[in-house]
Amino acid sequence: MRIAPVLKPAAALLTGLALGLLATALAGESPLHVLGVLVRGAFGSRYDLGMTLFYMTPLLFTGLSVSVAFRAGLFNIGAEGQLSLGALAMTWAAFTFPSIPAPLSWAVSMLAGATVAGAWAGIAGWLKARRGSHEVISTIMLNFIAAGLASYAVLNPFKNPETQNPETLAVGASHILPALPGFGDAPVSAALLIGLLMACWLGWLFQHTRWGFELQTVGENENAARMAGIPVERVQIMAMVVAGALASGVGLGEVLGSAHRYKLGFSPDYGFVGIAVALLARGNPFGVIASAFLFGALHKGTTDLDLETEHVTRDLALVIQALIIGAVAAEGLWARLGERLSSRLRSLKGRGGGG
Amino acid sequence: MNAVEIRGLTKAFGSGDSRVVANANVDLVIPAGTIHALVGENGAGKSTAMKMLFGMLEPDSGEIRVNGDRVRFKSPMDAMRSGIGMVHQHFMLAGPYTVLENILLGAESTGPFSRLPLAEAEKRLKSLCDRYSMPVDPHARIEDLPVGMQQRVEILKLLYRDSKILILDEPTAVLTPQEIDALFSNLRRLRDEGRTIVIITHKLKEVLAISDRVSVLRQGRLAGYMETAHATAEKLAEWMVGRKVILSVAAAATAGHGRGEPRLKVQNLLRGVSFEVRAGEIVGIAGVEGNGQTELLRSLLLPEGRSVEILGKDVSKSPASRIRELPVAFFPEDRLRDGLLMDESAERNLLLGNQRNPKFVDRWGVIRKGALDAALERAWHEFDLRPKRRQMASRGYSGGNQQKLVIAREFEHDPKLVVSAHPTRGVDVGAIEWIHRKLMDARDSGAGVLLVSSELDEILALSDRILVLLDGRIVAEYAGGSVDALTIGRAMGGARA
Repeated sequence: MRIAPVLKPAAALLTGLALGLLATALAGESPLHVLGVLVRGAFGSRYDLGMTLFYMTPLLFTGLSVSVAFRAGLFNIGAEGQLSLGALAMTWAAFTFPSIPAPLSWAVSMLAGATVAGAWAGIAGWLKARRGSHEVISTIMLNFIAAGLASYAVLNPFKNPETQNPETLAVGASHILPALPGFGDAPVSAALLIGLLMACWLGWLFQHTRWGFELQTVGENENAARMAGIPVERVQIMAMVVAGALASGVGLGEVLGSAHRYKLGFSPDYGFVGIAVALLARGNPFGVIASAFLFGALHKGTTDLDLETEHVTRDLALVIQALIIGAVAAEGLWARLGERLSSRLRSLKGRGGGG
Repeated sequence: MNAVEIRGLTKAFGSGDSRVVANANVDLVIPAGTIHALVGENGAGKSTAMKMLFGMLEPDSGEIRVNGDRVRFKSPMDAMRSGIGMVHQHFMLAGPYTVLENILLGAESTGPFSRLPLAEAEKRLKSLCDRYSMPVDPHARIEDLPVGMQQRVEILKLLYRDSKILILDEPTAVLTPQEIDALFSNLRRLRDEGRTIVIITHKLKEVLAISDRVSVLRQGRLAGYMETAHATAEKLAEWMVGRKVILSVAAAATAGHGRGEPRLKVQNLLRGVSFEVRAGEIVGIAGVEGNGQTELLRSLLLPEGRSVEILGKDVSKSPASRIRELPVAFFPEDRLRDGLLMDESAERNLLLGNQRNPKFVDRWGVIRKGALDAALERAWHEFDLRPKRRQMASRGYSGGNQQKLVIAREFEHDPKLVVSAHPTRGVDVGAIEWIHRKLMDARDSGAGVLLVSSELDEILALSDRILVLLDGRIVAEYAGGSVDALTIGRAMGGARA
């Protein structure tokens, strides 16, 4: 009974992967060869593993972001916009105050990112709670506005005059997060540890605090929450603010941990992949660790496909992601399958003469 | 000749740990031209059995014969073709459509693009109304009709299809005593012209009043079957519960109660509802559902400016979170919708509404695991919550145990005021007795108790004072013990009767 929550996502994952690989056969590749490339690409060397962990880091944050909202019954499609504005604010703080000494500097830039992204997501939360507009719509629209704001800021006030590239000034040295040793040149930084810590902390909060309980209650049964005296609207707004703040954590790995500046369009849809990460983890923060790792591995593994196969490109990652989400979403399918299997088993047992 | 003959009917749901056998080897024999009552506690398998007869569920094993022929219904369509019709507890009517359109729905008997034969249908409907003296306006919209009338439409729907076997699931739940009488006389009439009627109910009084034979289900099995003429309420209750049951809780003498300080005071709610509940009294609010009970109960937690005083404090502008910090117990009207987290354990549900209770959560907002454990122990031992399983989601408990879970939790507030809405709805006979006693204990220990219920017997048995709610107004007030069901029923029906 306890393994069921792990079993279903695992089955979804395997189904998605298997179907995705099968699709490569249609394209004229050997699925086994493709699988080999994926595995080697993701885990083949210390460097490869490091890259997997590097890709895992932003997904950890966006996965948690979506999960927190999910817990409160809200669907945060806006992590992409939240992370871009959050990372931008983080970068701004980091190049504006270069002289703050090390541990404090991280706190300052993190806080700046979290505040801006949190406020940004809070708009959607407020609209939902007080005005009844659906958060899916408002977060999607906010994504577009955020993208516009980010390009404006990067191309105008924050522009690095020394380059033609659309990027900001470099951050102060004291703001840079140290790299983790042992992964060669892979830019995996302390941001990963912060992400892991966040996941564990959230996992604990969900289970053991009033905050987590109120979030869960609002998500599971809004009526019961209201009757129990939980301020539903406030909880919804707060959930979105926290979700936004978490999304800004992407900047830790991408800006403070590796690029050291904000490059326009740095995110290959981390915010949207975060939805898949959270879905696979079923909103469980500890599950997000595992599922972010898997999606990070998928991202890294598929980058080598362009070179090592003839007919399949890294877009396979998207195909597999889609299939995994499809398999996760086919909740009813799993339930029915399980029921049929167990009734089959029962009847087999029965025929065997008593069970 | 038997209209329905069911042998060895078995049906299970779920699998593994959560496998529930809803019907185990159930036999039912229902002779044509009789009224057959199918009784049992909630979850005893009454509705499951009837859903199989009506083709909504497929049996795992067992056989069903209708008028002697073995049948295997794949859908209700098949059942209707064999002359079976069912009125569900929650009506299956399309609200925005007229009576006539609803009657036709599913019996159009025309091609997808041809005109509906509305004129002929109306003529037929009118003749049915006349013949059974069940008048109804064919052009009224369903959503504008009172529930009693909607039920009439459901029955006419079956007659329009000329169903010979009518299944009615808890048909009296939404009716006033007068409407129940009218329904019963109609049912008798239908029986007398040869139709067969199965009525699912848990009200023993009605079984004795209307049925020719009665079958009792307990935990999915047939616990007993007899001619109603030989049955007594005590015998049936014993079959239902599996042990002897005290049916009517003797209401403690009402004298001396209700002299305490006011614990709840409302003014001008709805269309002018004002009353007080004092320490040491049970005030019963009687009324047919839908006459303002929901709004009244809601205002007590979410006053939003309406005049409500709880424990002497004006809370008219307080948010629910403040009101929940007072020592007040609320049993919500619909515990599934408003009272429980169905996917969570008993422990999590005990926390609900107590999340600001310092007993359970410290000032940092961290849940006190030990206190929750203790509350769960209390729920098990003092409130007899069963089964004693820590991890089980609350949807796994029976209706009675879900209610016990709610009551156990609400009593963790050490309430000085208890607001209990339909406390025994969907609760098994055994637990009813227990819940009534809990309410009286609370009253006797000095709490004020507000009891909102559509079960007249419950109101009569427990209340020190009875108010009748009709159409958002208090239309009558009686002292408990000085009034009978008929009088209250008349007040409940008011101008509508």
